[in-house]
Amino acid sequence: MKVDVYQGEFGEPQAERLLWRAGFGPRPGEAAALAAQGLDGAVGSLLDPGPEQLVGPPPHGNDGHPLHPYAVWGEDHCWWLDRMVRTSRPLVERMTLVWHDWFATSNEGVGSQRLMIGQNELFRGHALGAFDRLLLDVTHDPAMLLWLNGTENVKGAPNENYGREMMELFTLGAERGAYTEEDVRQQARSFSGWQNRWSQLRGDFDFHFDLAQHDDGVKHVFGSSGRFSWEDACRLCVTHPLHAPFFVEKLWSYFVPTPPDSPTLAGLEALYTSGFSVKAVVGAILRHPDLHVGERMVKPPVVYVAGLLRRIGSGVTTTDWAWIGQLSGQQLFYPPNVAGWDDTRWLDTATFLGRWIGVSRLLQDHQRNPNHPPPGVPPDASTLVGQAVAFWRNPPLSSGTLGLLGEFARRALADATADWERKAYPALVENALRQLIAVSPDLQTA
Amino acid sequence: MRRRCCEEFTRRAEAGAGVRAIEPGMPLPAGTGMTRRGFVTRSLGLALTVYGAGPLGLFDQGIACAGAGRGGPILVSIFMPGGADGMSMLYPAGDPLYAKLRPNLALSGGQPFAEDARLAWHPALAPLAQLHSEGKVTALPAIGYDHPDQSHFTSRHYWEVGATDTELRTGWMGRYLDEVGTADNPLQGLSLTGQLEPTLATTRVPVAAIAGPDQYTFGTSGVWGSVGDRMLETLGRFGELHATDPALHTVSQVASQSDRLRKQLLPFADKTKLVSPVAYPQTSDGFPQHLAGLAAMIGADLPLRCVALEASGQYDTHAGETAALSTAFGVTAQSLLAFQRDLEARGVADRVLTLVWSEFGRRAQENGSGGTDHGAAGTAFVIGSRASGGMVGEFPGLAKGLDVDGNLKPTADFRGVYVSLLEQWLGFDAARIVPDAGRFARPKLVR
Repeated sequence: MKVDVYQGEFGEPQAERLLWRAGFGPRPGEAAALAAQGLDGAVGSLLDPGPEQLVGPPPHGNDGHPLHPYAVWGEDHCWWLDRMVRTSRPLVERMTLVWHDWFATSNEGVGSQRLMIGQNELFRGHALGAFDRLLLDVTHDPAMLLWLNGTENVKGAPNENYGREMMELFTLGAERGAYTEEDVRQQARSFSGWQNRWSQLRGDFDFHFDLAQHDDGVKHVFGSSGRFSWEDACRLCVTHPLHAPFFVEKLWSYFVPTPPDSPTLAGLEALYTSGFSVKAVVGAILRHPDLHVGERMVKPPVVYVAGLLRRIGSGVTTTDWAWIGQLSGQQLFYPPNVAGWDDTRWLDTATFLGRWIGVSRLLQDHQRNPNHPPPGVPPDASTLVGQAVAFWRNPPLSSGTLGLLGEFARRALADATADWERKAYPALVENALRQLIAVSPDLQTA
Repeated sequence: MRRRCCEEFTRRAEAGAGVRAIEPGMPLPAGTGMTRRGFVTRSLGLALTVYGAGPLGLFDQGIACAGAGRGGPILVSIFMPGGADGMSMLYPAGDPLYAKLRPNLALSGGQPFAEDARLAWHPALAPLAQLHSEGKVTALPAIGYDHPDQSHFTSRHYWEVGATDTELRTGWMGRYLDEVGTADNPLQGLSLTGQLEPTLATTRVPVAAIAGPDQYTFGTSGVWGSVGDRMLETLGRFGELHATDPALHTVSQVASQSDRLRKQLLPFADKTKLVSPVAYPQTSDGFPQHLAGLAAMIGADLPLRCVALEASGQYDTHAGETAALSTAFGVTAQSLLAFQRDLEARGVADRVLTLVWSEFGRRAQENGSGGTDHGAAGTAFVIGSRASGGMVGEFPGLAKGLDVDGNLKPTADFRGVYVSLLEQWLGFDAARIVPDAGRFARPKLVR
């Protein structure tokens, strides 16, 4: 079963969308360079980007201090945001974000930025690898063990938390008839035995498997029986007939807003089941016509911010991005719950304000000064619109958006009556235009 | 720490907010083209004077918005996230099996529950026990639905949409707002969690999400005066773009809704106007402040109809339940008591009814980690001066009241509660909101 491949034109607009869906948008010149490779070359370069290079100066906090991602609240968020901005492997970073959402673990329950970043490195290492290996490693990842009470699940006193969520959210899905309540209880027994120690000095440490705490009795799962280990429990889920359809449909939803048709689904399942290869499935999704000609997607808040910084060639120069992420509905390492973020509902009046504040914060370092207008004739409305669009490196804007921007600039300039106003207003108008362009529907979607 | 950063930043950002609230008697800012408008908040007894931008009439628009929502009943939904242990809210001290099922978690020392001698209030819920004794709390000690789903997400979804239907995308309050709401009033459905609560999801009319009524201002670096007003006017006009693409449409609609909401909240842009007549718990958690802000908005007669927020705390207590619940219940219950007293002091308590709920209760038998796993029926409360008081349904007992999985069986259905709230409180035909509404018993929840 072959999956459909997009056959249309692959120019800069298509390359730009691909860079948004598979990464964090283009740096200056990047869309043109990718377009020159053609669709196949472009997807290939995203899937096999070579060793990571971090382009641009390292990040720092408000007073210029280097970030302390393990120790200081919010600097974990900024540390990862910087990686998204500077990486030469955008798809690897984007897949790391996908796994963070898929196996959503919150530091709210873990209480250790060090362990959260350890989990983050695990996701990065498995970004485009084999899902069965990823599942095994996540199952005994320290942050996950703490988050879903894995180290409190012992022989004779099972804790169902991980066993339930790994089937419902990670591998099989709810309401599909894939498992029963009894399966949840039996799986929980298979996962028993993970332990750790705690000390005042080190916090949670020494995560290990303790055979004495493991229930090695016979379990009955999905109709088969055996002395299942925790590895068996994982294997039973990924080889369950309902796993592959769950997996490819969920993975698809991160890249394309409309559901795949059934031939596509079948083709993706065939690619996946041959070896649990994430790369094979992602590659097919990135080449699919639905991605290139279908509906737009609202950019996730952190993708939006990373993309704005990349677009103007800027870096992370403030730790304000952490609380701005919170206001926008996406603080990294703090998903709302184990189901992750709701990717269909990023925008409401509160998170919109968060994005507005984010843009305003970015523009704080890029302002026209109304007190020092350039000499000569003050620019007119259309010149100001052109300059503001150029500030954002000429993103494509709809005629409707351009019409509103032009009308704004004309009216706002016409309000200037006093001589000082005629000199100062062009700078104010251009600053406002930069803000309006960034929050426009055109730039918040791709 | 986080909040302080945020305020510093908003203060640093220059104007663009269009209209600022300032003290009465202050001179008009020269050369801004603004005119002064007076606005008296009835129950605060304070005259708030603000400056409205003349040509735009922003302030008037905000206040004039949708008078239809004004003065009517307000329904508040408070969600306890994670599946709160109902058997610890009203704990069955008098049930002989309680100590056996909960050897480590069994509670003691709580006030007795008047309607059922077997039950007692969690000590940290004493503020609710107080309100119950005043007849202002209706307790539902075993609320749920048949064939319970023990997934947080599925069960919460059922409660949010008001039906055991995984496909429904609108909230039950959202569908009510779609029937009675207007296109110009986002405040008719207000989420106070900083994100839209799915209970309020609509298809036709706008609803609002904010982190607090005093934090909804749009500033921009290097923009001020009439240019700032024009900028925000343009933000509102993104709604005119009429994109056919769903994502573009979403952004343009949210942009114009945000601008409308901003105008509606102008009276609160100055946080010194958010003075509460009663003391709320002092904690880093946002819940008490959300309720304090809500009481102030109701006192100022903003056009609210349905409000959703989350209680203090996380209730998915697979481990460490005793300590987690005593903190979470404590802040939640003290805040709810302060909210009720606040509404009473403002003279608006008879306009507000609050439903406190969770997606499910927890397993009757404790687990090995000092916690409990996911269960079925839980406990809910309806709170307000016009609540019926007493008890709805009953505690089914641990001997006969558990299902095959060891979870509490429901004696009240959440959809019946919604039907009663719609009919008895909001005066609306529940059959238009809740699927198969006729199927559910209608408990008396309002006096």
